[in-house]
Amino acid sequence: MSGTRSLDSAEALTVVRESITAVVPDADFTRVRPHDRFRDVLELDSLDFLSLVEILSEQAGVPIDEDDYPRLTTLADSVEFLVERTKQYEQSRR
Amino acid sequence: MPWETIHKDAAPRVPPHLDDYGKARAAFSWSAARAALDGLPDGRGLNIAHEAVDRHAASAHRTAVALRCVGRDDSVTSVTYEELARSTSRFANVLRALGVGPGERVMTLLGRCPQLYTVVLGTLKSKGVLCPLFSAFGPDPVAQRLRLGDARVLVTTADLYRRKVAGQRDRLPGLDHVLVVGEGADDLPGTLSYDALTAAAPDTFTIPPTSPDDMALLHFTSGTTGTPKGAVHVHEAAVAHHATALYALDLHRDDVFWCTADPGWVTGMSYGVIAPLMHGVTVVVDEGDFDARRWYRILAEQRVGVWYTAPTALRMLMRTTPRTGPYDLPASFDLSALRFIASVGEPLNPEAVLWGRDVLGLPVHDNWWQTETGAIMIANFAGCDIRPGSMGRPLPGVEAAVLRRGEDGRADVTDGRVTVLDEPGAEGELALRPGWPSMFRGYLHDEERTAAAFAGGWYLTGDLVRRDADGWYWFVGRADDVIKSAGHLIGPFEVESALMEHPAVAEAGVIGRPDAVAGNIVKAFVSLRPGFEPSTATRRELLAFARRRLGPAVAPREIAFDPHLPHTRSGKVMRRLLRARETGLPEGDISTLEGTEGSA
Repeated sequence: MSGTRSLDSAEALTVVRESITAVVPDADFTRVRPHDRFRDVLELDSLDFLSLVEILSEQAGVPIDEDDYPRLTTLADSVEFLVERTKQYEQSRR
Repeated sequence: MPWETIHKDAAPRVPPHLDDYGKARAAFSWSAARAALDGLPDGRGLNIAHEAVDRHAASAHRTAVALRCVGRDDSVTSVTYEELARSTSRFANVLRALGVGPGERVMTLLGRCPQLYTVVLGTLKSKGVLCPLFSAFGPDPVAQRLRLGDARVLVTTADLYRRKVAGQRDRLPGLDHVLVVGEGADDLPGTLSYDALTAAAPDTFTIPPTSPDDMALLHFTSGTTGTPKGAVHVHEAAVAHHATALYALDLHRDDVFWCTADPGWVTGMSYGVIAPLMHGVTVVVDEGDFDARRWYRILAEQRVGVWYTAPTALRMLMRTTPRTGPYDLPASFDLSALRFIASVGEPLNPEAVLWGRDVLGLPVHDNWWQTETGAIMIANFAGCDIRPGSMGRPLPGVEAAVLRRGEDGRADVTDGRVTVLDEPGAEGELALRPGWPSMFRGYLHDEERTAAAFAGGWYLTGDLVRRDADGWYWFVGRADDVIKSAGHLIGPFEVESALMEHPAVAEAGVIGRPDAVAGNIVKAFVSLRPGFEPSTATRRELLAFARRRLGPAVAPREIAFDPHLPHTRSGKVMRRLLRARETGLPEGDISTLEGTEGSA
């Protein structure tokens, strides 16, 4: 994992979008409102979602496990989760 | 044998329907299995919907729960057999009012929702033919199947219609009616509201006389070449649905049963809808996507007794909770109602069988069948030992054999004759003796490919197996180029054709790359036209292009550029060689495969 540092909301949104784009290369974010279920709108199936979790974890430099998956439902939730998790992780490593 | 055989309790909580394999096989006959069904009143024939719904609704079982639907928001609604009889009658009346006649095709493009059950069984009541489509298909596979299957009616949602059908509607002249479930029909030209039509229709319907040989279901499957094949099934298939659910799934009438398969595929139809309802059990219908925690919660809260799932799903659960422990996640749920687990879709690795035993307290029972067989043909049984990694033994009433292969990798057919390999451990193509009631009656409008599926008095499955000295079958691989990914069969030709419509692509070869979770994932090797660069941008562009057209279930997940794709003498891309390179098969093996590809 890359050097973990905490992300702010804007950075977290970029990480989320880039990670989704790695799985769905032409993901059209104009169709996804912050509280939409992006898996449905962008048609990620179960295998896509597993790939997404791996990429997100790699990009953000934090572990993401099964218990966190429900927080990766909408863009807004995902951003909130990444901000919180990267902050926790940075603190725990100090 | 590297993996220990799993033995069963002498006194299980629920005595299994099949506990002595030899006796059950000897005692079985399809005519007796047929006699176990009611048939339509007054000798009017056999109709799947009567067996699955109406006969329960006319009995003391009418108030039993047929469907327990878990919404995405975790809300739970129940539908009794009596209610299901009424809703399916309404839908049958809707079809009649629309002028949809016997034998005409009604297709569904729906997720796992209660309306799906109404449409499937209402169509069968009206003697229409039901053809399910997978909602993760892209616009191209959807339109192609609507056309090949002569769809007159499509039932879908506003969202799916907009994304996958509307753009191609003008090229589907035979599609007379699109019924939109839920909100949105008013805003979509050329559609009708399913909700409004069914609400206005009478809730009684008498099923017309139905011959067991009348066409009931159409299931599309993929071959190595050409367009998808529509396998035709008839109402008599119900005899096999009923008997196989008894033996291979061990269904008892007071069971709660959960089949996780999507209704867009044959498993979701035969065992998600028809077989369990015939047995009068309660069927769990989960609208949501795979999520380990959600699945354990459904198993626990719905008190699921029998669970039919797929290797890919089990392997995703294994990632979350490895067999080495800790088992915290599953242990935090009360799974005490669960008594039997079965799996189908692709071969189940021995590790997954033992994972079930150690983590859930129940070993997983692999079984084998395919679209054409309509029902489970080979299985590990509740009352018998499991040999981990084996698909099991043929069901009562099913005769299987291993056939010697010819040069093209498929069963060797010489002067119309095949050679059965009797020696233990011999590898060959799995074949089944025709005569079981759910055998497909042909591919729609395709006599040539139908005829090619049979030889020497056998149905040729396209799967390679070996049989051990005790009669257990072991999956070896596919005899052709079809890809098994996450439980779905994917035709490489369909994927190659889509890729080649992109201006950058000169040629494509598509194979399955082994994958720890999905069994195989779809991988494309592409050579580019002059002027296009093999860059990351091109790769992304092609991945996106294929996804838009084919949908996530069919599109390649990996693309590799190769300016020198290997060819057969007849000029086709040699998928076998691509596969051999990808998996590191020794050169010696490749040379024997190479020259034979031209006939494929």
